[in-house]
Amino acid sequence: MKRVVLIVPLVALLAALVWWSTRHNPGPDTPAIANASRVAAPPAELVARGEYLARAGNCMACHSARGGTPWAGGRAIDTTFGTFYTSNLTPDPDTGLGRWTATDFWRALHEGRSRDGRLLYPAFPYTSYTHVTREDSDALWAYLQTLPATQQASRPHVLRFPYDSQTALAVWRALYFKPAVFQADASQSAAWNRGAYLVQGLGHCSACHAPRNALGASEDADKLAGGLMAGQNWYAPSLGSPHEAGVQGWERDDVIALLRDGITHDASVAGPMAEVVYGSTQYLSASDLDAMATYLQALPAAPSAPATGRAITLDDAQRARAARLYADHCANCHGEQGEGSGPIYPALDGNRAVTLDPPANPLRIVLGGGFAPATQGNPRPFGMPPFAASLSDEDIALVVSHIRGSWSNAASPVSVIDVQRYRGNLR
Amino acid sequence: MKRLFESRPFRLPMQRLLLTCCALFSFSALAAPLVEDTMAQRVLACTGCHGAEGRAGPDGYYPRIAGKPAGYLHNQLLNFRDGRRQYPLMSELLQTLGDDYLRDMADHFAALDLPYPAVRATGPNAALTRGEELVRKGDAARDLPACASCHGDALMGVAPAIPGLIGLPRDYLAAQLSAWKSGIRQAHTPDCMAQIVKQLSAVDISAVSQWLAAQTVPAGARPAAMPARDLPLRCGGVPASQTAGGAAR
Ligand code: HEC
Ligand code: HEC
Ligand code: HEC
Ligand code: HEC
Ligand code: HEC
Repeated sequence: MKRVVLIVPLVALLAALVWWSTRHNPGPDTPAIANASRVAAPPAELVARGEYLARAGNCMACHSARGGTPWAGGRAIDTTFGTFYTSNLTPDPDTGLGRWTATDFWRALHEGRSRDGRLLYPAFPYTSYTHVTREDSDALWAYLQTLPATQQASRPHVLRFPYDSQTALAVWRALYFKPAVFQADASQSAAWNRGAYLVQGLGHCSACHAPRNALGASEDADKLAGGLMAGQNWYAPSLGSPHEAGVQGWERDDVIALLRDGITHDASVAGPMAEVVYGSTQYLSASDLDAMATYLQALPAAPSAPATGRAITLDDAQRARAARLYADHCANCHGEQGEGSGPIYPALDGNRAVTLDPPANPLRIVLGGGFAPATQGNPRPFGMPPFAASLSDEDIALVVSHIRGSWSNAASPVSVIDVQRYRGNLR
Repeated sequence: MKRLFESRPFRLPMQRLLLTCCALFSFSALAAPLVEDTMAQRVLACTGCHGAEGRAGPDGYYPRIAGKPAGYLHNQLLNFRDGRRQYPLMSELLQTLGDDYLRDMADHFAALDLPYPAVRATGPNAALTRGEELVRKGDAARDLPACASCHGDALMGVAPAIPGLIGLPRDYLAAQLSAWKSGIRQAHTPDCMAQIVKQLSAVDISAVSQWLAAQTVPAGARPAAMPARDLPLRCGGVPASQTAGGAAR
């Protein structure tokens, strides 16, 4: 309950700020399209660009329930503050955006406010989307208006006190959010600037890849220094660290292939990142992929966070059992010496996804298995079986400790408690 | 993987081949010892649970998937991915796979023609008699059609989308029927099985599951190509031409 203690005095202290920030702020001047939007059908190329930008923002993945009508909202997003449900973005007048104008929409994206002035929760990553230009916002809006209207009322969020109040949210925003449009850096190339715009804006990479503080705010969003995804049991590794997810030393083409195909000769994406590639980056144009790669490769290389120094050691019997488990269950695909098999089965020796700290990802992958995402460049990926149902917590901890500490890998072992912590719904 | 794998079989060193053959791996006995660019290699992620080549799993709960109608298997993979059936370990696995690839997987398992194990015979009892009656004749008094009217007289299913009912474990059958009753399992709408199950009591479910699980699948049995007569209800995911009144309904 430390967070409650922290937030109560803040609420009192910042009451004036709250009043100030909940005032209705009209958006900037409205270009012609806002008034024309519902009168004439928007031009086809504007709609096509909006559709492309919606891919770049991966809006549909969040705004569609599993198996539900696309864009009609209702997907649950679990966080440490409670469960958020996404909104209906179809043009239905009563339950969707049917009564909105292009300016209302821009205000949601740019300022995180709903049409009626209600402050929106940052589970909607407007802290990134605020960088999107008005022009791109209008294209997105034009596209959304072409969707079939679906009547589906948004489900109310289920949040814990005090996060369920607009006041707490206003305080949060006063502390951590300031609307801003992307500013190009004249000293950098056009490709770098385009990449920065995509990564910081629609790509919302910092929503996962930046560390978050106790109140869920991204810290130093542009450094992308890695963060645990609250409520999801995955760790989004640092894009600044070559030991985590940094791509500074890679060939440009490999960075592009990873974002487009989900797989390269020695890496593949998994879990939430597989969903990002599947729903978003695989659709980016060659020049946008090149721009994104340019920007990612130019991120300053930071040292990775110091290891947590866990004091777990394995005795000889445990070590022998761990090696046996590996030989029985993993070596078929990953090789006796963790050398992998060409581009089909990744090598585990020297693989940074194995040695990450916190060890959330290797544990999630061994528990849940997985396929790389099916993309145009890799339409029929190979699969890894889940072991959550066939190995005990003890054995999962042993076999993951084995791959983290064998061959050239020298990461700390994991404990049964780690397995239980990251297991989540995988049982 | 076209670009990466075009016509290149991937071979492991001989040494690993031998080690692989000796490993106590749940599916190594039947898995090809070479890492190859085949569908069987891709779906090793599935056969650990569903048994080598989809023969039926290690305990009474993992259903056999080999030899079932391809359209049915495809619908189930979509159902797990899209949340109409609930089993997190399967739905997470399928999250980033598209319809086309799931169709390829369904075709792969549907084409496997493997003998079913014989079932140990049990003596007759009242539940078995009741079960057989419901399966073969239904219950006209309750407006409950015979299971066989859709699942085929041989109960091996009807291509492309109706599954067989024999060769499945009893616990699995009972769990599926109960899941439909509580809404946890759903099919494409109109969900005819949900309507059927509404008419079944817990005792009925137990009786049909017991009788169905006690039937041995004859050698060479395959899903029927066509229903013997029109289906008594409309079923989502099943071609409309197989239903009474056909597409007009
Ligand atoms: C990570 C998940 C996520 C992504 C990605 C996402 N949204 Fe949302 N969005 C949400 C959530 C959650 C809400 C509800 C916020 C609230 O009610 O406070 C929301 C709300 C909105 C709203 C406000 C709706 C209303 O009725 O007030 C708009 C407009 C919107 N999103 C547009 C978009 C667009 C456009 C994109 C892509 C560029 C997008 N969203 C991407 C999660 C997401
Ligand atoms: C929904 C959360 C999420 C978002 C959004 C996200 N990532 Fe990731 N990303 C992850 C996770 C989790 C991993 C670790 C799993 C893995 O290795 O694939 C990861 C891994 C990566 C990796 C390393 C992959 C490897 O195999 O070495 C790169 C590079 C990357 N992300 C880039 C990006 C970029 C660029 C964006 C924005 C366009 C982005 N990510 C957006 C969650 C996310
Ligand atoms: C049937 C082949 C197969 C078996 C058996 C198998 N794996 Fe995998 N493994 C894969 C594939 C394919 C991937 C890539 C999956 C992806 O991209 O999502 C993978 C990925 C991984 C990763 C993530 C590597 C990365 O670069 O992201 C780890 C860690 C891993 N496996 C560990 C294990 C362990 C430990 C075992 C034994 C308990 C095991 N695997 C058994 C096929 C297999
Ligand atoms: C962790 C074990 C596990 C793995 C791995 C797994 N399955 Fe399943 N599968 C199950 C279980 C358990 C069920 C029954 C679930 C239920 O309905 O309660 C099932 C059901 C199915 C069904 C429906 C069968 C029917 O008769 O209705 C199909 C089809 C299927 N699985 C295919 C696959 C494919 C293809 C893969 C690989 C991509 C796979 N499964 C991986 C455990 C698994
Ligand atoms: C009107 C046609 C119809 C009738 C009558 C019918 N079924 Fe079905 N049944 C179906 C269809 C279609 C499916 C496939 C549903 C899906 O796609 O999930 C199915 C699926 C099933 C399954 C799932 C099999 C598996 O492998 O998971 C079971 C079990 C089942 N039916 C049992 C029964 C029983 C028992 C009866 C009689 C009491 C019955 N059915 C009567 C059409 C019917």
